[in-house]
Amino acid sequence: MAIAKTLSHEADLRPPHFSFRFRRPGPVLLLFPALAAIVAVSLYPLILGLWLSFRNTTLASPEDAFIGVANYQQLLTDGQFWNAWVHTIEFTTASTMLETAIGLLMALVLTERFVGRGMVRAAMLVPWAIPTVVSSKMFGWLFDGQNGAVNYLLRSIGVIQHNVNWYGSPDLALPTIVIADVWKTTPFMALLLLAGLQTIPHSLSEAAMIDGANPWQRFWHVRLPLLAPTLLIAAMFRALDAFRIFDLVYVLTGGGPADSTEVLSTLTYKNLFSALQFGYGSALSTAMFITEILIAVGFGIFLLRKMREVGQ
Amino acid sequence: MSAAGAYGRKAASTFRLPSSNRVLIYFCALFIACWSVGPFLWQTSTSLQLDKQLVGGTPKLLPDPITFTHYVNIFVAKSFHRYIFNSVIVSGMTTFLCLLFGSVAAFALARLDIRGRFGILGFILAVSMFPQIAVVAPLYVLASQFGWLDTYRVLITVYLALGLPLVIWVLFGYFRTIPRTIDEAARIDGAKPLTIFFRITIPMSLPGVVTTGLLCFIAAWNEFMFALAFTSDFNHQTVPVGIANFTDLHYIPWGDIAAASVVVTLPLVVLVLIFERHIIAGLTGGAVKE
Repeated sequence: MAIAKTLSHEADLRPPHFSFRFRRPGPVLLLFPALAAIVAVSLYPLILGLWLSFRNTTLASPEDAFIGVANYQQLLTDGQFWNAWVHTIEFTTASTMLETAIGLLMALVLTERFVGRGMVRAAMLVPWAIPTVVSSKMFGWLFDGQNGAVNYLLRSIGVIQHNVNWYGSPDLALPTIVIADVWKTTPFMALLLLAGLQTIPHSLSEAAMIDGANPWQRFWHVRLPLLAPTLLIAAMFRALDAFRIFDLVYVLTGGGPADSTEVLSTLTYKNLFSALQFGYGSALSTAMFITEILIAVGFGIFLLRKMREVGQ
Repeated sequence: MSAAGAYGRKAASTFRLPSSNRVLIYFCALFIACWSVGPFLWQTSTSLQLDKQLVGGTPKLLPDPITFTHYVNIFVAKSFHRYIFNSVIVSGMTTFLCLLFGSVAAFALARLDIRGRFGILGFILAVSMFPQIAVVAPLYVLASQFGWLDTYRVLITVYLALGLPLVIWVLFGYFRTIPRTIDEAARIDGAKPLTIFFRITIPMSLPGVVTTGLLCFIAAWNEFMFALAFTSDFNHQTVPVGIANFTDLHYIPWGDIAAASVVVTLPLVVLVLIFERHIIAGLTGGAVKE
């Protein structure tokens, strides 16, 4: 008892930055439930999925055998896969670029002081909070081919003569989905960029202004270079997220018309839960995962290079 | 320093914006506000209009006469309350468990002596980047082996694991802002780590805990793909699945869909408007720091 007291007393005399230890119940025990859940629901299934992608498992028949890379060979020659791959890349590129550009404009407006700024910021959270299924239905109604408000507005101002069947036509369906996604995600992007802009000291812009820089020069030469890392990181997260698009396509068009909006997630989902091809579906999702890693690595390299340029 | 700051701020407000620019800023701000809430307001207006007005060819901005038929429809004919009930249970349990497990984990990582804590945080972040479609098939296989399909627990477990990375990261950030001297004072008074956690850490970071809980709730409330894959009977289906399946045989019931949208979105919008400041801080704090 006395020894224990001395020991604990000694422990108290350690330098203050030393965080304290305790043995019962043990810090690892506090971490355990969270880590166990993450491993069981994310990591383990991921490995299981990889394993499934080398098998011909279907839920419709008892077939379940190791077939090596046959699924991946089939994938490479599968027209539907490449079709979906191209749509996914198109969607990801278009939505990320539009959302970053418009988000930046919104953020620049919101850095200015004006009456009601708090209310505008609050309003911008509304699209983010709305369930994607609901926003899909909302845009389904707005862009409805017969009674949609967009058709009515465009007809009244004379842009179009007849109603346009927005997501019923193969050429317009994907752009319509991009519009719906831009609506839902841009405000959030703007809030992220706004937080980034607010970390840039005002004194820098002011110094440039005193040196005679006009607003455009102050933005292009002072604020944009300092915002670049935030901008790129936000764009990367956005691109990774856009690449997984599922809800919007599934609810708005289901991949149609004529597969013109089929993306990798919806194609994979159909292979899994309509065709019940769990082996081939897993190969699809693995291919998707690999593409995502490539996107992340690409952004990462670009970001490092930019940072090094700024550093030198 | 403070004098310079005050001068700078004054200078900024006096000659930064000519009046023409001010008009432009207000115009842009108005545009952003309309863009953000416009579609939802239109949905609300739609939900209060009669079907024959909706298909009449000229959309009316405001409902005249106001009707509640669509709201009656979704609850009486489509049993929408069952989906809401399911969603409340799933999202509520998810939020509770996420906060419970996530906060003790974040506390352990932020305050206790754990080797390789940044390795663990990095692992958690990396796991949250996996595309969810990559785990839906294996999880389906596992769930059917356990007999967990069409249950609340499968959705709660999945959402728990999907929500934990965010909870741990945000709370880790909050907990680290509490001065360590407070912990140490309590410890010298004889408080055990769990006492410190419940009596000091949690109360001092309550805004963070509430915000994180809200984020968890919204994520679980809005999730669609897993709910679609793992539930097939309406006794366990959540609201997004319910709305996605809202179609009548011969036409799309836009009015009913609009009413359902308003019912499930209004609570979220109200919560978000109340906690706006905290949500923005919570969401952007981790994302912007390098």
